[in-house]
Amino acid sequence: MRHHARIAVGPVQFRIGSDWAAPVAALRQLYAGYPPDDARPADATVRLFAARPWRRVLRPAVHIGGDFVVPDALPLPLSMGLLAAEMGMNLQVALGWRRHMLLHASAVARGGRALIMSGESGSGKSTLAALLGEGDWRLMGDEFTLIDPASGDALAFPRAVSLKNEAIGEMAARVDAARLGPLMAGTPKGDIRHLIPRADAIAAMHEPARPALLIFPRFGGVPAIEPMGEGEAFVRLTEASTNYVALGEAGFAALTRLVRETPAFGVSYPDSASGIALVEQLWAEAAR
Amino acid sequence: MSAMQTLVDLLAGRRDAASLAPRDWDGVIGVARAEAMLATLACRLEGASLPPTVAALFADLRAAAQVAQAQSLWEAEMARRALALPGIEFVLLKGTAYAAADLSCSAGRQIGDLDILVLAPDIRRAENALLNAGWEWVKSDPYDDAYYREHMHELPPLIHKARDRMIDVHHTILPRTHRITPDALALVSDAVTTDGGFATLCPADMAVHCAAHMLADGDLQGGLRNLWDFHCMTRDFAAADPGYWGKLDGRAAMHGLRGATHRAARLARDIYGATLPSGWNRHDPADRWYRRRLLARDDWGRATDFPLQQAFYIRSHWLRMPPPMLARHLWTKWRKR
Repeated sequence: MRHHARIAVGPVQFRIGSDWAAPVAALRQLYAGYPPDDARPADATVRLFAARPWRRVLRPAVHIGGDFVVPDALPLPLSMGLLAAEMGMNLQVALGWRRHMLLHASAVARGGRALIMSGESGSGKSTLAALLGEGDWRLMGDEFTLIDPASGDALAFPRAVSLKNEAIGEMAARVDAARLGPLMAGTPKGDIRHLIPRADAIAAMHEPARPALLIFPRFGGVPAIEPMGEGEAFVRLTEASTNYVALGEAGFAALTRLVRETPAFGVSYPDSASGIALVEQLWAEAAR
Repeated sequence: MSAMQTLVDLLAGRRDAASLAPRDWDGVIGVARAEAMLATLACRLEGASLPPTVAALFADLRAAAQVAQAQSLWEAEMARRALALPGIEFVLLKGTAYAAADLSCSAGRQIGDLDILVLAPDIRRAENALLNAGWEWVKSDPYDDAYYREHMHELPPLIHKARDRMIDVHHTILPRTHRITPDALALVSDAVTTDGGFATLCPADMAVHCAAHMLADGDLQGGLRNLWDFHCMTRDFAAADPGYWGKLDGRAAMHGLRGATHRAARLARDIYGATLPSGWNRHDPADRWYRRRLLARDDWGRATDFPLQQAFYIRSHWLRMPPPMLARHLWTKWRKR
């Protein structure tokens, strides 16, 4: 394709092609600090393309394609080309990756042990991970956490953090502006701005961490911690995994082991500060 | 060289995997995924000298294909249990049949829906038995439903509500309205039994069906995979039975599919390097359009040659139904958009 970039995030090497220069330039900027491996063949291909040649120029609409596609997905305006690229990359991992069990979860690590946070969109798992990642935690990822079926370890997928709505202001006040991508206002997911993880998190992206604590955050309500049984954690994580079924017995074994060996809690919190406090409290008291 | 050409060269064994530059793999992996053949390639190149990350990816795919195949065979077992009670015999078709018979083409082959063949008089009872066993209709559109029942060679697709897997119940192998009418009774009555106790088409019918599915029914989308199936099974069947090609010829003629079967054999020769016996080893100038259609994909995995794709799409409909019916069908579909 006319414009392209290669990016390695965690164990996945992407090849991103685009009919337009802008999304690729924005990606390059966002991922400039990630170690490049240009000789390495791509595991996954993302294509950003115009459905008709004239739609490159005339009311440009970015369709998301690649190895795996969502049929009938609506295109995005060119101003949101970076979001399209991000969605395309997520899609390839979600549907194509088989080496690890994929959890739709954020994760941070400290001392080789991982805190995994799983929740629906809006639960604040991304924001909590981003905030912790600015402290003395290593950000492992805000979207996917990979579980190695053989060892049970968690592996990082530290793509650029996708900050949404209020989280944008909250993070912008704390980090160097050079670590923020362009603001994309009014996307189908609200306002979005990407945050480049800290250099130490990127440098350590291939280092596994032992799952030590599972948290299911819920934004809103009074601060509360509720221990969660293995069964409930298991069911919730099957729903949070994009390849649990495809992995068959290996997925079942990996997930069973994860919930048996890792204490799990539901956490409600009214604001980031109390969320962080509850997470730190649990880490100190209950982490394995 | 295009990634598609490299892919078929690797599958055919004409090219050594070690001769690829690391970045050549980008395109090969991309087009193989687009053709649903990456795990097939991974199995074909097991043990070959590969860049480490490609070797790791291929190992993932081989493992995943094994799981997927076990799941597909389990689905066949579920159908067997559902249909055993009313005593309906059925024959496995396509991917699941290849896996059940442990054919070489099943190594890494992606299997979508479960396809089974029953005798036409059994189809209502089969439908009821499956509905009672937890399958349910996918489409609720009355036109589509009526269309399937009146004109197609299969029931409207059913999906299992707990396992989320589809089953296509066929009573023959080409649409009723197709210009060609294969002998469905012979397909079922001459079926053979696998070691696991499943019925599959006999070796000659299996290749005829494969050719029919690829060349007489569809628009050649995914044709490269079907051609690989055809190539592997005819090669292996002929190795086990020296009279195979003769039987295949007779059986294809009986089903009215001699043209499609011979063309599939020639394409397997041209693309995958199949060795054909005399009588099969001919040349047809029209084959070049088929070869071009089969390889119409660029290094980013995008389908190319839009006019040719369209031509094959129109051809597939032209074969499937007589012109007045086609006009009526397209009109109804268009109004429903």
